[in-house]
Amino acid sequence: MDKQMTETLEAIYSRCVANEDNIITVLQEIQHEFGYIQEEAVNWFSARTNIPPSKYYGVITFYSQFHQKPRGKNIVTVCCGTVCHVKGAPRIISKVREDLKLKDDQDTTRDMAFTLEHVNCVGACSIAPVVLVNEKVFGKQTPSKIVNNLKAYKDKP
Amino acid sequence: MINLTIDDKQIEVAEGATVLEAARKLNIDIPTLCHDPRLKPYGACRLCIVEIGGMAKPVTSCTTPATNGMVVKTNTAKLYRLRKTTVELLLSDHPNDCMTCIGTGDCKLQELAYAYGIRENRFQGAMRDHNRVDVNPFITREQNKCVMCGLCVRVCEEVQGVGAIGYAERGFEAKVIPPFGHDLKCEFCGQCVSVCPTGALSGRLWSGKPRMAGVKFTDTTCTYCGCGCNITLRSTGDQVIRIDSKPDSHNRGWLCVKGRFGFEFINSADRLTTPLIRRQKGGEFEQATWDEAYDYVAKRLSEIKDKHGADALGGLCSARCTNEENYLFQKMFRARIGTNNVDHCARY
Amino acid sequence: MNDGIVVNVCMGTGGIAAGGDMVMQEFIKEFETAGVKNATVKEKCRLHKVGCRGFCARDVLVDITVDGQVSTYQYIQPEMVKRLVQEHVLGAKPITEWLVGDDYHVFHDNQTKRVLADLGKIDPESIEEYLGVDGYKAAEKTLTTMKPEEVIQVVKDSGLRGRGGGGFPTGVKWSFCAANKADQRYIICNADEGDPGAFMDRSVVEGNPHAVIEGMIIGAYAIGASVGYVYIRAEYPLAVDRLRLALKHAEERGFLGKKLFGTDFSLKIKVKLGAGAFVCGEETALIASIEGERGMPRAKPPFPANKGLWGKPTIINNVETFANIPQIMNKGAAWYASIGSEKSKGTKVIALTGKIKNTGLIEIPMGMPLKDIIFKVGGGIEGNKLFKAVQTGGPSGGCIPQQFIDLPVDYEGLASVGSMMGSGGMVVLDETDCMVNISKFFLQFTQSESCGKCVPCRIGTKRLLEILTRITEGEGKEGDIELLQQLAEDVRDSSLCGLGMSAPNPVISTIKYFRHEYEAHIKHKKCPAKVCNKLLTFFIREDMCVGCGMCAKACSVNAISGEKKQPHKINNSMCIQCGSCFDACKFSAVLKE
Repeated sequence: MDKQMTETLEAIYSRCVANEDNIITVLQEIQHEFGYIQEEAVNWFSARTNIPPSKYYGVITFYSQFHQKPRGKNIVTVCCGTVCHVKGAPRIISKVREDLKLKDDQDTTRDMAFTLEHVNCVGACSIAPVVLVNEKVFGKQTPSKIVNNLKAYKDKP
Repeated sequence: MINLTIDDKQIEVAEGATVLEAARKLNIDIPTLCHDPRLKPYGACRLCIVEIGGMAKPVTSCTTPATNGMVVKTNTAKLYRLRKTTVELLLSDHPNDCMTCIGTGDCKLQELAYAYGIRENRFQGAMRDHNRVDVNPFITREQNKCVMCGLCVRVCEEVQGVGAIGYAERGFEAKVIPPFGHDLKCEFCGQCVSVCPTGALSGRLWSGKPRMAGVKFTDTTCTYCGCGCNITLRSTGDQVIRIDSKPDSHNRGWLCVKGRFGFEFINSADRLTTPLIRRQKGGEFEQATWDEAYDYVAKRLSEIKDKHGADALGGLCSARCTNEENYLFQKMFRARIGTNNVDHCARY
Repeated sequence: MNDGIVVNVCMGTGGIAAGGDMVMQEFIKEFETAGVKNATVKEKCRLHKVGCRGFCARDVLVDITVDGQVSTYQYIQPEMVKRLVQEHVLGAKPITEWLVGDDYHVFHDNQTKRVLADLGKIDPESIEEYLGVDGYKAAEKTLTTMKPEEVIQVVKDSGLRGRGGGGFPTGVKWSFCAANKADQRYIICNADEGDPGAFMDRSVVEGNPHAVIEGMIIGAYAIGASVGYVYIRAEYPLAVDRLRLALKHAEERGFLGKKLFGTDFSLKIKVKLGAGAFVCGEETALIASIEGERGMPRAKPPFPANKGLWGKPTIINNVETFANIPQIMNKGAAWYASIGSEKSKGTKVIALTGKIKNTGLIEIPMGMPLKDIIFKVGGGIEGNKLFKAVQTGGPSGGCIPQQFIDLPVDYEGLASVGSMMGSGGMVVLDETDCMVNISKFFLQFTQSESCGKCVPCRIGTKRLLEILTRITEGEGKEGDIELLQQLAEDVRDSSLCGLGMSAPNPVISTIKYFRHEYEAHIKHKKCPAKVCNKLLTFFIREDMCVGCGMCAKACSVNAISGEKKQPHKINNSMCIQCGSCFDACKFSAVLKE
């Protein structure tokens, strides 16, 4: 593990000890810093905190927020709440998959530009169906609208 | 003390006792899968559910504290139906390979399927596929047979204090694995194997050996260290094929890797089968009978004592002997030979 | 609020998604162009960002108040701001064609706003504005003049019941907790609103976070807790930001921290972010999650009020419950109980969504008939379709059919027809919704959110989902309905936690009221609502087809053929009924039967 990573982890450790944080917060911070959770970061923390890695791993795989693989530059999140569902979220997902050329169980494009995810509900049901691209909320989407909206993110270098 | 009624019978239990403990005190049989009195209650298998007056839904007796005046029913038609469904659901996600499974005859799930007469299963569907072969000489994991009772995880954490395995994923895909899905890498105490109610965890050494038919059970004491854990040997003919320990022993059924898995030496061809005597310094070992050996030892001890006095002798015994053997050994030195020069690795 | 000109811009998640922040920026720019810095035109003009007032479908909503006259504009976009500033703010002449219509007022006038009263009026990021509407007065009064047991009595008398779904009387729950001897107690606000189709808690935290904090202070005082937690979804970034800001402001003012209001009472509130697990809305799973564990529920009893966080007595209430508390303390239990039905007092905030004209956040007195909610407040069904059912209580609830349209909406009413209040989501379904598909949707949800701890939920919901899936795909068998019913009941009765106990509700209620739809799928291999693609045949109407070829391009199995500019045809033996052609056609020439 390189020095910079150790320093980042050490900083997270000190912060979390000061705030009396738990494993979940620690992992949230690790993911915030590195984009995803690497095994070596967990092993480092496990040794530092004397908590077995199995505890960390259990938490990582339990909560859908945590990722063990690097994700794309842009995160496309399709809301799959009830209202979005009855208003066509499944069709939006298949269109986006097609548009981003995602195969079978693949969620991230090969060039690492996009990752497609879904969320249970963002609570913006009045403007369903909803798609988030990174932090931006796009309401009242259709398969063709979202493809259009994604264009802007593709052109960026 | 707390008084409650279970299946129309009165029982008194101590404060803090669970309904299950109270029922067991009355010898009422409530099925369980994830319960072990040595571990913290978990409430996951939903087989020990009971109906309690005033409660809207059945609750698990293993987690519910008994309270005064509680009226409990453990065996209603409704509970029977719910338990049967639970067993059917478990079987619907379980390989139907009892014929070749190492757990057969010693499997709680099998017993439940038998008890509830489940010949045909109403439920069919996807089954988990978590089986991975990992490299270690002690423990075989067949994850597809796991019922997620959590006993192995709890024993590893609560008793062993290791946490080598844990729960991962959730929902139907939930499983018990070492972190990041690696091979099992632990001290291999095998406590997890000992609590597993199915064939999901087993000893690698047991493989292919008789399961129940023709197996002789012998209670004895482990000879590895001064703890003297009670063990039960399973043997066929003159072969020891498995070692385990009963939960009501002084070691509560817990063993270490040596006691549980280190038994192959018993049947080793290299083992000494007769005493050997070396009559002079630098001489060869000569085979002897036990009588010859005892006589020789007694003769030499007497000679030394006569010539140099009792304190010229000293005896070292071993923690690997039983208490009784150690007692006799010190008795021999102190009373018969007449010296206090006697010791043993765990001290007298 | 006070004299002069006030401009309110709706800046909830809905408002921002519709461009609220850009509208706000535009106002600032226009104000500056008009010659006044810091967005203050003349001395008395104030520009305001406010929380959600409920009618997100009309966003961006802007209120312009001139001399006490409020005008509300709908669908405001940045390019419209210039005219608003010129004509209305500076010229004092409202732009009538942009104003909201009567339906906006019908939507609001049929509601009774208590919890939502200040949403859309005050700036959620300003503690001064909350203080301006008597904020923290209730906490001060409670802490300085009342004993904890008196507080509990008032809450008991008010009849307030937990708004998170269970409907357990709040005061009674508090008294259980207070009765325990303990060196430490905890108070937790459950803001892990996970029900799909629900956004009550998000809107309240975004729109009036201080009311929730004040409710927690009063609750903490009543039960004797010195540490509190707000467990909030990470998927609600705006709510998290506003909550953290509000906590910071409250600490700065001394409303949180040590020796509050000059008493010996201290309270620290921490924020814990959920990490994406629906089951953590369940009390004991939430506790496990705050403890840093996998959010797997623990068996009850013991209940958290006796043995909760770190084994200490703990009270967990939901956002809306806490938001009700300050008003109860200010105005009294009798005032609170003056509206509502016999056993359910006060109001309920509801997220009214689905196939309805006025979707949004509403607040109604408990006991309002379902039809008033749907046809008065909600303005009826979208697109003049026929009402079919309303789904309440999220994945834990059930579907209520037309025949119960007069049902009073309160805890008992909804339970009597096999649904539940839940946290208050209400999704209206019309004739184009397939009830088997809806049931499958919820099972998919609960199944993927099951923690996997107990057998009935882990395997039972999977089997339920598999049976539903095969029915919607035309593989349904005789006896499937009965099997679904049996299994659903068993999962309901033997699961460990609320998730598993309620997961079968959508199945049970749809079979009860829409059995014929199940039968149509199983026996006749038809989906009456034309939703389940595998049961449909796709074809192209020659007279409508312009031969653009979009359908053929969209088809992944090359089942569509045709010359350019000539009507195309679908080869049904190759078609896999994916529905892509239907979506691709811009001329409605693809039909399904």
